[in-house]
Amino acid sequence: MKKKFARTIKEGIIETILFLSALSSVLITISIVVILSYESFGFFKEVSIIEFLTGTEWMPLFAEPKFGILPLVAGTLLTTAVALSVALPLGLIAAIYLSEYAPHKLREAIKPVLELLAAVPTVVYGYFALLFLTPLLQKFMPDLSGFNALSPGIIMGIMIIPYVSSVSEDAMRAVPMYIREGSYAMGATKLQTSFKVVIPAAFSGIAAAFIMGISRAVGETMVVAIAAGMMPNFTVNPSEPVQTLTSYIVQVSLGDVPHGTIEYRTIFAAGMVLFLMTLIFNIIGFWFRKRIREAY
Amino acid sequence: MTDIKKRIAISKFWNNSFWVAGLLSTFAGLVLLFALFTDLFLDGAPRISYKFFTSFPSRFPEEAGILSAWIGTTLVMLVTAMAAIPLGIAAGIYLEEYARKNWITNIIEINITNLAGVPSIIYGLLALGLFVYFFEFGESILTGGLALALLILPMVIMATREAIRAIPNSIREASFALGATKWQTIKDHIIPYSTGGILTGIIIGLSRAIGETAPIITVGALTFIAFLPTSPVSAEFPFVSFKWLFDPFTVMPIQMFNWVSRPQKEFHINAAAAGIELLAMTLLMIGIAIYIRYNFRKKIKW
Repeated sequence: MKKKFARTIKEGIIETILFLSALSSVLITISIVVILSYESFGFFKEVSIIEFLTGTEWMPLFAEPKFGILPLVAGTLLTTAVALSVALPLGLIAAIYLSEYAPHKLREAIKPVLELLAAVPTVVYGYFALLFLTPLLQKFMPDLSGFNALSPGIIMGIMIIPYVSSVSEDAMRAVPMYIREGSYAMGATKLQTSFKVVIPAAFSGIAAAFIMGISRAVGETMVVAIAAGMMPNFTVNPSEPVQTLTSYIVQVSLGDVPHGTIEYRTIFAAGMVLFLMTLIFNIIGFWFRKRIREAY
Repeated sequence: MTDIKKRIAISKFWNNSFWVAGLLSTFAGLVLLFALFTDLFLDGAPRISYKFFTSFPSRFPEEAGILSAWIGTTLVMLVTAMAAIPLGIAAGIYLEEYARKNWITNIIEINITNLAGVPSIIYGLLALGLFVYFFEFGESILTGGLALALLILPMVIMATREAIRAIPNSIREASFALGATKWQTIKDHIIPYSTGGILTGIIIGLSRAIGETAPIITVGALTFIAFLPTSPVSAEFPFVSFKWLFDPFTVMPIQMFNWVSRPQKEFHINAAAAGIELLAMTLLMIGIAIYIRYNFRKKIKW
């Protein structure tokens, strides 16, 4: 009897420890929100939130500082747009090819290799963007500056192809075979079936894959920090140097900014904007992914 | 009649064109990747030598090496593994084996999915506020390792859950039928059978952590370190020291970043050489992970 009691206690302790471990992940999210809000709050005590959200000049380290976040947001969206114009078409076409056209053996061989694109350290991609792609592009575009939004954008696009293609492909393969067979029986080609039947049926999954790609591109740091220059430039021209939210945080972290100053707090304000942007994308993506399961 | 034949021909033409486009798109990324690797290898390979591994960074590119960087990376990875592995496995076990379907479980699950999508630099800001200034660990190996541990925690949890989910219920029922408690079942059956999957996930997670630069820069790792952390083992009592946890450090990707950012061409060659090492380490880890997964799959048949 005593032995059984001791055993119940031991089981209870173990379950509690395991539960606390699982709960720790929630604690991480809470800490992120608390720390970003706390430091941003200190920042907004000194800078008006309206100036922050509408200002078009970002010069926080100057003698007469200007705190308009828009150039950083513009830089982030610009590099993201370039990345997506590479990753979405290539990723989607690759996914259709692998799901609908490719023989089984080729698909099984190529999928892990494609995943490698996402495994390469981002600092290595930054090296490629700055020292390989930019000089290459300059041969065709002589007025492209040494630091620009175009080349890190393209490299980021290649980097996120596997994110887009692998989730899209899973969604397309989940479409039941009889739906395709119905289409083939009506005399449709594979191409017509892919675009008119499979893609609409797998729409939620493909959308989730796209959103994941966007979220990745927005949060990407090292490629833009190395190859986009560190110039907060309020522009939509990808051949100019830009600064993103992430690369600004890197720039400040590399210097010696004392703890507790307004310059120190700017990186948390920029981080807050970045966190909220990716959070919105993650929520939309989550919503789409939930719909996948309801489809059939 | 000719009309319909024409339409069929057109459809077939587009179908075949798309087949070619698909093949090209699928291989475009891979071809480019291959070109980039070749470029990196041609630039950096001549620079790799024994001396490159055993020299500190230097103002003179031809004398600079990655000694402090690879030792820093090793120690940071040690801390990351020590923190992320037990926490991640425990959380995974709880969610698969214990968790009841209620709102707390639901929140934890949504939260983990969301954490996996948070940009890595945000983890850097978290570590800066929490570990560097709140817990006052300073800009140390401990802080860097913990930052990366938080980053890969969702990956470890998800890998653990997936591995456990693959175990059929009959195994658990057989164990319970013989009078084993829940923990005994987990300890003697669930964990051993899922080791392969968990290990694969851990190695993939660590391979990601090893190349992460942004959070480590944010917590204030230095870019120029010409000394080594305190040795963890010494000849005198008490033989083992944990002072190294609080030493300043640098890691491989930061060393590479530093060299890429310099204007001189000679440093770019060093960057390429460091890039090759980094890439080799990452690919090696992924290779090991694939090997483990393959072997465990072969061994276990339900």
